[in-house]
Amino acid sequence: MEMINLTIDQKPVVVRKGTTVLKAASSIGIDIPTLCYMKLDDMNIENKPGGCRVCVVEVKGRRNLAPACCTEATEGMEISTHTIRVVNARRTVVELILSDHPADCLICAKSGNCELQDMAHHLGIRQIHYQGEQSMYREDTSPAIIREINKCIMCRRCETMCNDVQTVGVLSAVNRGFQAVVAPAFEMNLDHSVCTYCGQCVAVCPTGALTEVDETGAVIRALSDPTKTVIVQTAPAVRAALGEEFGMPAGTLVTGKMVAALRRLGFDHVFDTDFAADLTIMEEGTELLTRLSAYMAGDQNVKLPILTSCCPAWVKFFEHQFPEMKDIPSTARSPQQMFGSIAKTYFADKIGVKRENLVVVSIMPCLAKKYESSRPEFSVNGNPDVDFALTTRELAHLINLGNIDFKSLPNEEFDQPLGESTGAAVIFGTTGGVIEAAVRTAYEIFTGKPLPRIDFEELRGMDGLRKATIDFNGTPINIGIAHGLGNARKLLEDIQAGNSEFHAIEIMSCPGGCIGGGGQPYHHGDAEILKKRQRAIYSEDKNKTLRKSHENPYITKLYDEFLGAPMSEKAHHLLHTKYFDRS
Amino acid sequence: MPKIKLSEKTIGLIKDVCADFGNQGSELINVLHQVQGKLGYLPAEVQEVIAKELNISVAKVYGVVTFYSFFTMIPMGEFPISICMGTACYVRGSEQVLAEFKRQLSIEVGQSTADNKFSLNCLRCVGACGLAPVVMVGEKVYGRVSPQMVKNIIAEYKEGCATESKSA
Repeated sequence: MEMINLTIDQKPVVVRKGTTVLKAASSIGIDIPTLCYMKLDDMNIENKPGGCRVCVVEVKGRRNLAPACCTEATEGMEISTHTIRVVNARRTVVELILSDHPADCLICAKSGNCELQDMAHHLGIRQIHYQGEQSMYREDTSPAIIREINKCIMCRRCETMCNDVQTVGVLSAVNRGFQAVVAPAFEMNLDHSVCTYCGQCVAVCPTGALTEVDETGAVIRALSDPTKTVIVQTAPAVRAALGEEFGMPAGTLVTGKMVAALRRLGFDHVFDTDFAADLTIMEEGTELLTRLSAYMAGDQNVKLPILTSCCPAWVKFFEHQFPEMKDIPSTARSPQQMFGSIAKTYFADKIGVKRENLVVVSIMPCLAKKYESSRPEFSVNGNPDVDFALTTRELAHLINLGNIDFKSLPNEEFDQPLGESTGAAVIFGTTGGVIEAAVRTAYEIFTGKPLPRIDFEELRGMDGLRKATIDFNGTPINIGIAHGLGNARKLLEDIQAGNSEFHAIEIMSCPGGCIGGGGQPYHHGDAEILKKRQRAIYSEDKNKTLRKSHENPYITKLYDEFLGAPMSEKAHHLLHTKYFDRS
Repeated sequence: MPKIKLSEKTIGLIKDVCADFGNQGSELINVLHQVQGKLGYLPAEVQEVIAKELNISVAKVYGVVTFYSFFTMIPMGEFPISICMGTACYVRGSEQVLAEFKRQLSIEVGQSTADNKFSLNCLRCVGACGLAPVVMVGEKVYGRVSPQMVKNIIAEYKEGCATESKSA
């Protein structure tokens, strides 16, 4: 390995050949400011168009300033990162960006989380010396994502996520010069495109150009309506990230405080999507075993591998891109929708409230969940099973609005009967979790024996594509896991080509699974945050007494009282769905 | 945007062009160039076929089409008129020539006449600066054009002399 010697701000540094000046500087604690640049370590995600020029540095002997993010360190280089020339150039660049940026920071959805705002503050910009034309692009609202392109600074991070990571290919830079914007093909609106609403563009957008549709107002109205009973469900990944919004370190589990906060906000019943995750395992696990048994009995028509169907962005992805494979994924609805369906039938009956007067709110780490809840097949006579899907960030806003001091809240428990869950349900929040939960239950049902060990380390981790073979008492079951739609595409192409040896595959659209969802607190390019959330999820699982979905007593009760058995006719009607060709 | 239906023949033609370039995404500009040469323009439906053949996103194709002023999504007229706006032509009055074409045809740059006979565009230098200002109609080059000559040039194409001028 060839090593390179250089100096940065007079400090000598030795780096491997191929290292950028930016990375070399950070290795000795010099933090060169960046704006368009983004890197998620260990996840193979990097955006470095060298476009914004905020990271420029002076290189001795070179006439022009060089962008540190895409300039390779060379032998003997002498770099200065904050000469007057550099600082002035940086300020000019940011002032020019600000000169064509709406000055509505006070009311912008991204205020306080905006990297452009931070940069202006960092550089101490108090005046904009340039006046010019203002971009006037129409606003585009979809069921989940709002595009306010006038706030776009052309960092191209969303393009990197949409094209390189997710391979969805909706967003691209179009037009030229001052007219250039990031837009779908033919500048159509997002809801006419093949956008999956995974929200990874929103997760990385440095400004308020891409944000979620805010439904907090509608939820407050429902909460203050005396004729409505308002219940809430919380997805597993929310509890591992919500604390970050209140200054707690990444990876802090706030399950109990979250429940307490929701109760103080006025929700009549605080339930858990994890309950429905256990239910999902009962249905999806049974479906897997049914298909497996048929396959082993020699049925050639059986569709294997079975693919998980919890992730709505993934569902929309294959409906657009692989419609010919729409009968392969499990027909089980996602936990969010199973919860809504059970809440508005079983639970509504139990408390004697009419469907129309029961409002189901879900708290999700996800933007696609907003879209999913609006799909017409998940409503009865126009009344949706899930009325509003809020993100983790929106919940934090609600808690702030409610004058609730989150950190000092006591830990409280979920309500019953839809609040009980097992460790298997909690791990739905991270990549690999759904399939591990399914294996825990499927193994015991298939073999009729208790699991020798509950933790399947071989299914865990952060690699984009993982595989493992689980011994079902002599029968090897091949499991595949993909997170990030680009990785999912690889597995699907293998299935298409007939090269897949998997029996079951878990797919999550977002890098890291739901912990890295588009609705989570912004990670600002720090992949370490995702790993800490993942560890929190596994520790919550470990601390549960019950860790297998089929051991959830309230699930057993639900089948006894209401559904009959997994995959029964009633279960099919309420808990399963079908997919559409959207190509 | 009104949908147009491409004929099997047109789709075949686009596929052939893509295949000529090995269906490589990196050949996008060459493919667009060739296809526009054959079809006259690049409507959305054509871009969709190209994207599929080259296995790249339609957004990317549209991005390239809208980046280069050479590519057009609006059908060119039967006789595309291009006025050179290169430096030599410009200083010798091509702007007045352009204004006269606009006035005579009642269209703006990038538009076609209602009967689809003429379309108007600007280009940069055809390498005949000695003839400035230069106007091209189809493949035919007119040199030392003055605003007074515009009416006659248009008239050449108005009365059924299509075959003659096309071969010119």
